Amino acid sequence: MSTSVAAASEQYDYDIIKKFSVMAIVWAVVGMSVGVYIASELAWPFLNFDSPYISFGRFRPVHTSAVIFGFGGSALFATSYYVVQRTCQARLWAPGLATFTFWGWQAIIVLAAVSYVLGYSQGREYAEMEWPIDILIELVWVSYLAVFVGTIMQRKQPHIYVANWFYLGFILATALLHTFNNIAVPVDLFSMKSYSLFSGTQDAMTQWWYGHNSVGFFLTAAFLGMMYYFVPKHAGRPVYSYRLSIVHFWALCFMYMWVGTHHLHWTALPDWASTLGATFSIMLLLPSWGGMINGIMTLSGAWDKLRTDPIMRFMIVALSFYGMSTFEGPLMSLKDVNALSHYTDWTVGHVHSGALGWVAMISFGSLYHMVPRLWKTEMYSIRLINAHFWLATIGVLLYITAMWISGITQGLMWRAFDDFGNLQYSFIESVEAMHPFYAMRAIGGMFFLTGMCLMAINVYVTIRRGVRAATVDRVVVAAA
Amino acid sequence: MQWLADPANSKPLGLLILFVTFCLIVLWVYGGKKRGRRLEEHKNIPFLDDDDMKDKPNG
Repeated sequence: MSTSVAAASEQYDYDIIKKFSVMAIVWAVVGMSVGVYIASELAWPFLNFDSPYISFGRFRPVHTSAVIFGFGGSALFATSYYVVQRTCQARLWAPGLATFTFWGWQAIIVLAAVSYVLGYSQGREYAEMEWPIDILIELVWVSYLAVFVGTIMQRKQPHIYVANWFYLGFILATALLHTFNNIAVPVDLFSMKSYSLFSGTQDAMTQWWYGHNSVGFFLTAAFLGMMYYFVPKHAGRPVYSYRLSIVHFWALCFMYMWVGTHHLHWTALPDWASTLGATFSIMLLLPSWGGMINGIMTLSGAWDKLRTDPIMRFMIVALSFYGMSTFEGPLMSLKDVNALSHYTDWTVGHVHSGALGWVAMISFGSLYHMVPRLWKTEMYSIRLINAHFWLATIGVLLYITAMWISGITQGLMWRAFDDFGNLQYSFIESVEAMHPFYAMRAIGGMFFLTGMCLMAINVYVTIRRGVRAATVDRVVVAAA
Repeated sequence: MQWLADPANSKPLGLLILFVTFCLIVLWVYGGKKRGRRLEEHKNIPFLDDDDMKDKPNG
């Protein structure tokens, strides 16, 4: 194994990582603000103000795209460019192409948000962008793949560290998913509208093959890449078992692609297909928990860090939520459980326990670790990180508890029959029953957003201090 | 070739190939003590490239 001698900031291309890190935080604040607004619209409908532009239907994809692709995507670009350079001990290949991935990706998020508000949508979940934006995504993604693979190919370290396997798996799988889910025929060359090549059940299956594998590769494998670098690095101890991390990677790759059909239980999809999806979902529990235990056990012998270090706390709580949501997912994929949970708020709660508890928290921990290193300074306030941690944790717990109660209530009310075989409750009665939990969910979101704003302030002041210190250093060097 | 073109045959065959490949990977990873030690050494890669900063609890 080779070791590095030059200072990290001189040896590596940090400029592109800084840009993506800042935009990850910007999109998190924007996306979560829109999320809180649409949650409030459901609790207090007057907030729609009778305007189609800010209605739930148009704002919802603005929220999901801003948080998944804006915040999550930018955080993944930033951390993957950081991890691949540091573990390969090589500078980023084709920095010009990397800069294109930055501006291209930001343009995609802005164009997507504007088009949704104006009413343009493919109506495919997590892939609502119309065809011109899809083509731009394809170009940016292929450039991302080229930069990442190019950097790996010029590595000085003979072995490719496992975090890079997860990142590469995510980039390849996302390329496949995006391409096949968005095969469509435009109505006209100058029209935003297009129609999918697939129809009926095949279209539904394609959409959920994409939908669940986006969860599997974009929101899981990629963030596991983040975990396998930043948890050991921040804990100052190597990962508990490297061999387990290899099995974790291959098990996810072999199994995830099969599970999308569990979103289509009790539909026109053949029964064997959705049963196969459920079977693989149950099997996924083993590698998921193996990975979670591997991450948590990395802290073995240094548990005291959890008392003193809020960044470590973010990472370990993220892993706990990873474990919890990868237990809940297989449970919900069982046909009998799904008969109760599907189309209810339970699903929304499940998604957010993964998205807020796992994805956002591991990103916060990683960004808090990375930002001071990028700007060669220390975080401005540890107390603010601590406050962020508790606000985020309380926010997630309020959110998912509200959605569990609301979802199970919904499911039970929809399937209740009276003695004559008629539905016992009208739909509006179930909506009335959910109302308090919609308010509770909005309040949980407000907690999470407040924590996010504290992070933005903390990071802003940290960066400003870092920039000022660098300017002073340059002046001193110039004077000498 | 015609046998392979029938999805009723090619799908289970594909599943079998993938399953056997996965089993071989697991066997390879956990198969030998020497290989195991070599693989475990790679866990130190993130620490071969240390920062200008120390890993302090406050980041």
